[in-house]
Amino acid sequence: MSRFLVRRLLLLAPVLMGVSVIVFLVLHLAPGDPAEIMLGSQATQEDRLRLRADLGLDDPLHVQYGRWLGHVARGDLGRSLWMRRPVLGEVLVRLKATLILTGTALVLSSIGGVALGILSATRPNSWLDRTSAVASLFGASMPVFWLGIVLMVVFSLTLGWLPASGMYAPYGGGDVEDLLRHLVLPALTLAAASVTIVSRLTRSAMLEVLGQDYIRTARAKGLVERRIVVRHALKNALVPIVTVIGVQAGYLLGGAVLTETVFAWPGVGTLMVQGILARDIPLVQGCVLVVALTFVLVNLFVDLLYAWLDPRIRYE
Amino acid sequence: MSDVVLGTRAVADAPVVARGAGHSTRRAMSRNLLATAALAALLLTLVLALAAPWLPLADPDAVDTPARLRPPLTPGSPLGTDEFGRDLLSRLVWGARVSLLAGFGTAGLAMLIGVTLGILGGYYSGWIETTVMRLTDILMAFPYILLAIAIVAGLGPGLRNAMIAIAIVGFPLYTRLVRSVVLSVREREFVEAARALGSPDFVILGRHIVPHLLSPVIVAFSLDVGAKILATAGLSFLGLGTQPPTADWGSMLATGRQFVVLRPHVVLLPGLAIFVIVLALNLVGDAVRDLLDPRTAS
Repeated sequence: MSRFLVRRLLLLAPVLMGVSVIVFLVLHLAPGDPAEIMLGSQATQEDRLRLRADLGLDDPLHVQYGRWLGHVARGDLGRSLWMRRPVLGEVLVRLKATLILTGTALVLSSIGGVALGILSATRPNSWLDRTSAVASLFGASMPVFWLGIVLMVVFSLTLGWLPASGMYAPYGGGDVEDLLRHLVLPALTLAAASVTIVSRLTRSAMLEVLGQDYIRTARAKGLVERRIVVRHALKNALVPIVTVIGVQAGYLLGGAVLTETVFAWPGVGTLMVQGILARDIPLVQGCVLVVALTFVLVNLFVDLLYAWLDPRIRYE
Repeated sequence: MSDVVLGTRAVADAPVVARGAGHSTRRAMSRNLLATAALAALLLTLVLALAAPWLPLADPDAVDTPARLRPPLTPGSPLGTDEFGRDLLSRLVWGARVSLLAGFGTAGLAMLIGVTLGILGGYYSGWIETTVMRLTDILMAFPYILLAIAIVAGLGPGLRNAMIAIAIVGFPLYTRLVRSVVLSVREREFVEAARALGSPDFVILGRHIVPHLLSPVIVAFSLDVGAKILATAGLSFLGLGTQPPTADWGSMLATGRQFVVLRPHVVLLPGLAIFVIVLALNLVGDAVRDLLDPRTAS
């Protein structure tokens, strides 16, 4: 397992390098002079040229990239032009909120999706199976931001059961119960599409395994159906299920941007959109880099999980 | 004993098989019916979108503040008006042009880039293959929408840039698909024979390999257009796609949500429009897949 881990970590290096090059290039080739954005339109040409020289913006691109990478390696993502604070601290605070939202949505979609998938596979063509098929089609076609607004209108603004926006109540909140109440609608919105995808994949993986000879043998031995489904079938269907859950983790991390905007959830997504609209390049760069790194680490974790679940993978 | 068991199973299975066949036929018929309805909805939207300039509709950008937030079925505004008094029916029809252009345009661009790179990466081994595959690996190391947002941040907000961004993050899907097909086809005897006869690469690719790509690429494209409409609408919702006053379903949703309590229709209608058109595209995509690739038919 340790050899597999080392091999997998070595493969990570070129991907991380590529991610850093893309983040650097995309935002450094952007039209507009960062010095002009920092100084405002009132600044003189002389001030602008001096700031460009101070920031090293006149250096060749590869020199700028090397310097930027050196700073990133030391944990220095620069200062936000808009908030005038170090980017890393701000992004990490927001990342915590994004991870709470994404993690909750992932737990909901994994538990809900796997449970629904097992029920559909054990009762093929039942009303539950058919409803789940329709829901999966709807889930793939529904804009997540629209679903969020509809849920907000129904459960917050009309019925008044749950708060409509934010992570904590502005007054008197701040405890876990307050957080959970604020989390329900954004997490459900974000998980809605994923739950249908996980359930359909679980269904097909389970149907394939349930048709195997050893399942028939287990039934012939007189094992209880629940034990056959959970111990014999689910365990062997887990690799494709973990794959799709891993893919969903990445999808949720990216999709959180839209959900955060609908519910004013103070995560990296809203920070990044605010940064773009304020043309705050270091802030946007920091957000993209931190989320991409999180995504790469999630993928690494999923790969390790495969190797743990299926020994054949680590000996390949 | 086993014969008895097998015999019993065979007899017991007979009506199940017959029922299963009838059931699957009914399912196939209902799926066809659904796909036909979806195709009709899609064609209707396409015709309406193309004919928008000649339809008797109000100017989609004409502001009429006294008539703001009128409910549906108001005389002169069958679907009501938005927060600036602009006619919602007209904006939805004009918005369909933007959404369909965004969906087909971005999926088409992603397909063009992806197929070209997939052919190159699959046919030529060595540095071309390595470069193409590492590029797709790196692009796939980002969450999809996040990278699109980063590219828009670089290029600047606007529909054209949003479409370019979504096409860039979307092409690796086609590259991987096409490369896998090319890798298997290039080893087949007829390709070897063409090579032995001295055919140049472009002839082998054009005459012998590309025809094998048509079916999987058409299936992927037909299933991709809806996803691209959702992605572009998402960027417009964030204020990074279509800019005001152009009518676009995503930005209509974004501006309308401030008035959702007062007049839910300003949000419900554009959202429903996106949902229906993407649902129709997905159903048609499923039907195209069943038609062209019966092995994966669900």
